[in-house]
Amino acid sequence: MAEFRLPKNSRITTGKTWPKPEGAGKLRQFDIYRWNPDDGKNPRVDTYFVDMDTCGPMILDALVKIKNEIDPTLTFRRSCREGICGSCAMNIDGINTLACIYGMDDVKTDVVKVYPLPHMEVVKDLIPDLTHFYAQHASIMPWLETKTNRPAKEWKQSIGDRKKLDGLYECVMCACCSTACPSYWWNSDRYLGPAALLHAYRWIIDSRDEATGERLDDLEDPFKLYRCHTIMNCAKTCPKGLNPAKAIAELKKMQVERLV
Amino acid sequence: MANTPANRPLSPHLSIYRPQIVSISSILTRITGNALIISALLLVWWLLAAATGPDYYATVNGVLTSWFGDLVMALSALGLWYHFLAGLRHLYYDSGRGLDVPTAERLGWACVIGSVILTVITLIIV
Repeated sequence: MAEFRLPKNSRITTGKTWPKPEGAGKLRQFDIYRWNPDDGKNPRVDTYFVDMDTCGPMILDALVKIKNEIDPTLTFRRSCREGICGSCAMNIDGINTLACIYGMDDVKTDVVKVYPLPHMEVVKDLIPDLTHFYAQHASIMPWLETKTNRPAKEWKQSIGDRKKLDGLYECVMCACCSTACPSYWWNSDRYLGPAALLHAYRWIIDSRDEATGERLDDLEDPFKLYRCHTIMNCAKTCPKGLNPAKAIAELKKMQVERLV
Repeated sequence: MANTPANRPLSPHLSIYRPQIVSISSILTRITGNALIISALLLVWWLLAAATGPDYYATVNGVLTSWFGDLVMALSALGLWYHFLAGLRHLYYDSGRGLDVPTAERLGWACVIGSVILTVITLIIV
């Protein structure tokens, strides 16, 4: 059942306003969600001021600068800084995206608001617990399933069949789409969510895979697949420009087509 | 994990996510659908009153054609048109079409604006 209010321990309190850096040029305000698992307090939003003249162009640059120069306790995941690892997924300026490829000037408001991915358990600050999200991905068997004997060299695929995987294989599992989906917010215990379903579709339409029937059987469930109500927040927010909503629609079509 | 603290907070969702035309037009479908149940019950009440007798019909008809009744019915027309257009959009989506983001956003606005236009036309005719 949809729970619209945050639980008592999750309601956000007013945080600390950190001093402005001395001798700075153009300042920009960052309001960042903080939660420390060790102090027993509710989450809060801290305010920081970052010198834009000495900061890189991306939101991640500002977060790193804050961590280096203002507050070393600020905690977030990051790795590749080029949108290929999916680590720095977070909610910036009201939408889910990767901090490393979201530009400072993409944020139209003066204040940059940064929260963890929505409706997730928070481990610390901007770090959500993705255990369940990964388990859902594993549940769709994200690998090639074959029954025929292994070929001498490799599983071959025509150029046309390979093309069908474009727009699907690029997913970096950052969880932006699933945590942007209201249906996933309310039903993530049973609904697989856009990311896992996009991966399910990626293996179902793979010409080399021989478990298509089993895969579709597994998704023929009131919740796993059909809690998608084509809201489209997933496609709208995907930092890689992919379209999970389209993949899910194709899955639903395949379910119908094999019945008629 | 062995040392998972039990008091982990849930990150904020509705309160911080920027409204999207695609999500707003989706939730409006559900809201109008539920509101129309009440409108349908009002219509049934009106028909039942007509079947019961002239006195009772006069009372119910008075309520439903008062300014408040007119307002409720006008909003019901808006809800019905919106729900109708959103239903057509869903049929179109289910055929696997219109699912790229720019088209989906245009369809969302089309449902909102279209329902207002159709309601105005309906009110002019009625």
